[in-house]
Amino acid sequence: MIPAAFEYYRPSDMAGVIALLEEHGDDARVMAGGHSLIPMMKLRMADVPHLIDLQGLSGLSDITVDTDSIRIGALVTQTDIIRHEGLAAVAPILRETALQIADPQVRNMGTVGGNVANGDPGNDMPGLMQCLNASFTLVGPDGERDVAARAFYEAAYMTAREDDEVLTTVSIPLPEGGYAYEKQKRKIGDYATAAAAVQITKTGEICAAASIAMTNLSDTPVFSEAASMALVGTSIDGTALSAAVSAMLGDIDPTEDNRGPVAFKNHVAGVILRRAIERAWSRA
Amino acid sequence: MSTKMHIKLTVNGKNEEFLAEPRELLIYTLRERLNITGPHIGCETSHCGACTVTIGGKSVKACTMFVAQANGAEITTIEGIGSPDDLHPLQTAFKEHHGLQCGYCTPGMITRATKLLEENPDPTEEEIRFGMAGNLCRCTGYQNIVKSIKAAAAEMNAAKEAAE
Repeated sequence: MIPAAFEYYRPSDMAGVIALLEEHGDDARVMAGGHSLIPMMKLRMADVPHLIDLQGLSGLSDITVDTDSIRIGALVTQTDIIRHEGLAAVAPILRETALQIADPQVRNMGTVGGNVANGDPGNDMPGLMQCLNASFTLVGPDGERDVAARAFYEAAYMTAREDDEVLTTVSIPLPEGGYAYEKQKRKIGDYATAAAAVQITKTGEICAAASIAMTNLSDTPVFSEAASMALVGTSIDGTALSAAVSAMLGDIDPTEDNRGPVAFKNHVAGVILRRAIERAWSRA
Repeated sequence: MSTKMHIKLTVNGKNEEFLAEPRELLIYTLRERLNITGPHIGCETSHCGACTVTIGGKSVKACTMFVAQANGAEITTIEGIGSPDDLHPLQTAFKEHHGLQCGYCTPGMITRATKLLEENPDPTEEEIRFGMAGNLCRCTGYQNIVKSIKAAAAEMNAAKEAAE
């Protein structure tokens, strides 16, 4: 498998990256670990005449945990997420999710930034970031802007990022309460047949707040406000679980592929969401 | 054709310099340019792990890295882990516990296992299976691979204790 020829750049600062993006427009792509882009280039499904490797940039590999938020640099790998004890203490759902992505070698290269910026509906971090109400910092020729994860995804591989912008940071408000990332996959390394990210807080035995997002069940990740609201004010009994599942099913739009027909995917989505809610509730 | 790049690599302690197109995949650089044929090409789609090497201290699949990305890196392959006269404890254990049948996946398995045991010197069976999940074997059913890694870990830990 030989990809088409390209010019390779490894700039040492962001100004250099932006200048290349401005010069080459959508003929240029930035790359972090390359584990989404390189397979597409090998299949010649992605044509990248100008490849900009971000590994020479400093300051994008840090995980910062503050009193009210977490910041993750775009070059932080899934392995970095798994190994960061401070992060696991305040947001264990990140480690739980990262451990379900691919395999050790791929997690050593694959980055959070690439995972959220690529716009592949199969990626796990976009749904998680919608659940956690994260925001993404984009840097371009006109400066910096933040876009909410819940507003970032437009269609498969289409996002709010402009061609001359680079996603540099993922910012996450410190999550509260119980959590779960539940994923059904056919084998290690496969994308989800269905996956659910859930955060729940409780007051006494009543659900005070909930956030639910689904992975690989539409051409974008799906934050289901209706499913989240179906849990609030309940004791997460059978009725509430069924209401959340049917609300979620109204928001997703799976398509038939080699992971199964639509009816099967809807079924699995329901099973996975139930499990995720029950586990998050047990941890709340 | 894109512009050729001047590439410098350190492979198994030896400095290598050459001109290459950036799109060359590292596994081809190793096998065809440098004649380091221990890392194998299995699936070539980052699933099977037969091409696993260590780059900058991390296990990586060499089929999913351009040589341009690896420019400047230190790389270890199975050739840098042991030799026929001086086997690594993992190699001895794979031999003694029948951790291979056809042997095609073995260089990648052992190269990955060296890092697994660095990260976790005394892994449980479950931790071995999870840590080796990026390497496929179509012969053994994995039972003897797990056994071999467990045996090597015990051997390496005993040697370390004896040295202290």
